[in-house]
Amino acid sequence: MAERTVTNQAEPVAAVATVEGGKRQRSHELNALIGLVGIALIFEILGWIFQGQSFLFNTQRLSIIILQVAVVGIIAIGVTQVIITGGIDLSSGSIVGLTAMVAMSFAQVGTYPRAVYPNLTDLPVVIPVLIGLSVGLAAGFINGALIAYTRIPPFIATLGMMVTARGAAKWYTRGQPVSFPTDSFAAIGQGMTPVIIFLAIAALFHVALKYTVYGKHTYAIGSNESAARVSGISVERHLILVYSIAGVLAALAGIVIASRGLTAQAGMGVMYELQAIAMAVIGGVSLSGGRGSIVGTVIGAAIFGVIISGFTFLRLSAYYQEMIMGAIIVAAVVADVYRQRYRTSAR
Amino acid sequence: MASDGIVLKTEGLTKYYGGVHALEDADFTLQEGEHVAIVGDNGAGKSTFVRQITGVEQPTAGKIFFDGKEVTFGSPIDARDVGIEAVFQNLALADDLDVPSNIFLGREETYFNLGPFSFLNEKKMYKRSMEALERTGVKIPNLRNNIANMSGGQRQCVAISRAASFASKLIIMDEPTAALGVQETTQVENIIRGLKKQGIPLILVSHNLRQVFNLVDKIWVFRRGKIAGMLEADKTDGNEVVSLITGVKTGVHENASYI
Ligand SMILES: Nc1ncnc2c1ncn2[C@@H]1O[C@H](COP(=O)(O)OP(=O)(O)OP(=O)(O)O)[C@@H](O)[C@H]1O
Ligand SMILES: [Mg+2]
Repeated sequence: MAERTVTNQAEPVAAVATVEGGKRQRSHELNALIGLVGIALIFEILGWIFQGQSFLFNTQRLSIIILQVAVVGIIAIGVTQVIITGGIDLSSGSIVGLTAMVAMSFAQVGTYPRAVYPNLTDLPVVIPVLIGLSVGLAAGFINGALIAYTRIPPFIATLGMMVTARGAAKWYTRGQPVSFPTDSFAAIGQGMTPVIIFLAIAALFHVALKYTVYGKHTYAIGSNESAARVSGISVERHLILVYSIAGVLAALAGIVIASRGLTAQAGMGVMYELQAIAMAVIGGVSLSGGRGSIVGTVIGAAIFGVIISGFTFLRLSAYYQEMIMGAIIVAAVVADVYRQRYRTSAR
Repeated sequence: MASDGIVLKTEGLTKYYGGVHALEDADFTLQEGEHVAIVGDNGAGKSTFVRQITGVEQPTAGKIFFDGKEVTFGSPIDARDVGIEAVFQNLALADDLDVPSNIFLGREETYFNLGPFSFLNEKKMYKRSMEALERTGVKIPNLRNNIANMSGGQRQCVAISRAASFASKLIIMDEPTAALGVQETTQVENIIRGLKKQGIPLILVSHNLRQVFNLVDKIWVFRRGKIAGMLEADKTDGNEVVSLITGVKTGVHENASYI
C-alpha cells in the first residue's frame, strides 16, 4: 500500500486506475468451503426432518463418504492439472478399467488354477503396481504427445483414448474378470489406505503446483499459451508431462479399486472421468485454464461425496441421483462461465 | 564484440507463410548503441521481421548475424541466451500470474535444481522485480496482483520492464504504445530514453511518426514485405518517410541513404 502514495510528479505514473486492485476477491477455495458447509447443513436438516437422525454425526457414514471420494479424488488431482493447462482428460475412467485389469493379472495367487499368467503368480506387490502405473503412464504420454504435436483438441485426443483404453481393457481377458490377488496386493485398498494415498497425492501435487517451476509453467500455459511459448517454456514437453502425470494417477486409482474389490473388471471406472472433472470444477478449477488449485479440488471432492451420500441417506432413488449429478456438473460449469464473464467485463 | 560495431545484421531474410510472402530479402543492420525504428503500413512485414530475429519463427531463407557471428535461433530461448529481449505486439503476459511470475516466466529463480520440480525462489523474484520496475520508473501498487486485474498501461509497462531488465545486447519493441494513453506513452518513451543512455541498442516498431522522430537515430521503412529504404532521422522529414511508406512519390530512393 505504501508504494501507491509515492507519486513523483516529474514522471507520470503508469498505474493510475488501480485503487480497486487492492480489494481482493474472495478466493474460490473459500467459496467452495462455504458451499461444502452449507450443503452438509442442508442434508443435516433434511436428515432430521425426513429420517429423524443426524446425517453428519455418524462415523460410519462419514468414513464411507471419505472412501468414496478418495478413489475418484486421486484421478481428480491429475485432471485438475490438465484442466489448469487449458485441457481436459476424458480418458481417465477408461485408464482405471485398463490398469485395474492389467495390474490384477500380475497380482494373482498361485493357488488359483485359472490365473491369466499361470507362470507369473505370487509376484511381489511392486511388480503389478509398477506395471499398472506404466500402462497409465503410456496412455497419458500418448494423450500428451497427440495434443502437443498434432495440435488436435484435448477433448478429441482423450476421447479417442477413452474408447481405445476401454476396448483394450475388454480385449485383455476377452471380457473375463480377473480375481484372486495376493494378500499384499489386496492390502493396498483395504481400510483407510486409499484415503491416505489420496491425501498424500494431494499434498504432493499441492506443493508441486504452488511452489515449483512445474506449477508456474502449468498455470502459464493455461493462462496464455503463446506467452508461455515466447517466454521460452517448452510447451510441448510440459503438456506431455502433465498428461502423463494424469495417466499415472488414473492408473493408481485403478490399482486401488482393483485391490479394494479383490477383483478387476473391464467396466470399472465408467464415468469416473466426469466425476473427477466435476470435483475439480466444483472446487473452482476453471475449464478455460489458468486457474484452480489442488486445495479447491479436494474441497470439490468433499462436496461431491457429501451430495452423493446425502442422496443415498435420504433414500433418493438411484435414477434421480444420476440425473441430479448430471445437473450439478452442468451447474458447476455454468457458474465457471459466469465467473469468466464477470472477470472479462470487470477489466 | 564485433570489430565493425555491428550488433545485428540480416542478409536476404525471407519468410513465406504458404503463398503469403510476408518478408522478402530483407538486408538490415543495427550498430552498437543505436536506436532505430521500423515503420510501414499494416501488413508490411514488420512483426514478421521481429519474429524471425527473436527465434519465435524460423525464416524461410536468409542469414542472421549477431555480434559478428552467424546465428540460427531455434527458439526464443536461443535469442534470449545471447541477450536479445523483445516486447511482442500481442502482449506476451500470462493473465493469471502475478507480476514477478510474469517477469521471470521461463527463467524462474530456484533454490536447487530438481528439473521441472525445482522449488521457486519467490522472494528473490519479488525483490528483483521491484528493482526492475524501479529502474524503469514503473509504479505498480501490488506486485502480487494478477496481471488480469491491471490496466493496459500497467501490463505494457510490466512487459517492457521485463525486456529492459534482462536485455543485455538488444531490445526489440513491437508497437509498445499502440494501445496506451498519453501518460502511459510518455512513460514508455522515458524507458526507451533510459535504454539509450545505457547504450543498449533498440529496434522500435511504431506507427507513430512523432514518436519515431523523437526517439530514434534511423528509420527503416518496410513496404509489402520488403525494406523500402533507410532514412537518418535528423536528415529527413515526415513527408519523405510517408512517401517511402506508401511508395507514392517515386525518386525518394535517390535522396535516401539507401542501403
Ligand atoms: N502466421 C501467419 N500466417 C499467415 N500469414 C501471416 C502470418 N503472420 C503474418 N502473416 C501475413 O504476413 C503479412 C505481414 O504481417 P505482419 O504481421 O508482419 O505485418 P505488420 O507490418 O506487423 O503489420 P501491423 O502494422 O498491422 O502490425 C500480412 O499479410 C499477414 O497477413
Ligand atoms: Mg505488426
